[in-house]
Amino acid sequence: MDYLIAFVVGGLIGAAGQLVLDKTSLTPAHLMVILVVLGSVLTGLGLYKPFATFAGAGATVPVSNFGYVLTQGVISEIKMLGPVGAVAGVFELASAAITAAIFFGFIFALLTRPKG
Amino acid sequence: MGINRSSDPQKRQAQMTYQSLAKKHQPKPRLARNMFLAFLTGGAISLLGQILFNLYRGLGLNEGLSGSLMAVTLVFLAGLLTALGWYDAIGRIGGAGSAIPITGFANSVVSPAVEFRQEGMVLGMAARMFTVAGPVIVYGVVSAVVVGILRWLVVGAG
Repeated sequence: MDYLIAFVVGGLIGAAGQLVLDKTSLTPAHLMVILVVLGSVLTGLGLYKPFATFAGAGATVPVSNFGYVLTQGVISEIKMLGPVGAVAGVFELASAAITAAIFFGFIFALLTRPKG
Repeated sequence: MGINRSSDPQKRQAQMTYQSLAKKHQPKPRLARNMFLAFLTGGAISLLGQILFNLYRGLGLNEGLSGSLMAVTLVFLAGLLTALGWYDAIGRIGGAGSAIPITGFANSVVSPAVEFRQEGMVLGMAARMFTVAGPVIVYGVVSAVVVGILRWLVVGAG
């Protein structure tokens, strides 16, 4: 069942994004930024975690989850350190994905011969 | 569009016929097709994420670590497919469905890194990696800090 929910929710977010791309002049980069901020705001309102509990990877694979982990990192750190945690916690949970993207990006760029 | 409507009822009738004919022969809107393909692609990538997550959970890893490993695995796969030139092909079909998942984020990092390597290792490859990822991280971080502080002001540290 979790497979079906992940597929449908992830698919619906993709289709909604396509609607925005086709109906506006926004680029995929704009779309990603909007989704990250949306994920962040929903996290602040306490809505993203229940959404992720329901949709599983349907919620954690789209880039909106990046907004969730960044914001959740801040919220958790503020809980422990007070307001200074706002700058200490941002990359706590997001570290793995960012590090992987940079590291693998570097390695693959080294190993790949650019076309043309 | 821009057709002058005639006051003569007969002419008007002809124009309406023309308009409905023209509408019939306009290229069919691709929106529904694009959205369907984006649905399938976004759904398939999320499904793969769920399979990986359940796999890591099955190995006895906790939820947080399984989620991180799922993300790292997807980023690795997307990086590999990008280097092979295959992710662009997926992107042409899947549109937003392939751009929105974390694999699209990885693609946005790896693709310019590969493409601009010839412009140098520092100002080419490394700098261009963040053409799209940079704005995503900037707005993500600013939003996270603002939202985190607002939440603290409103509901306290609870």
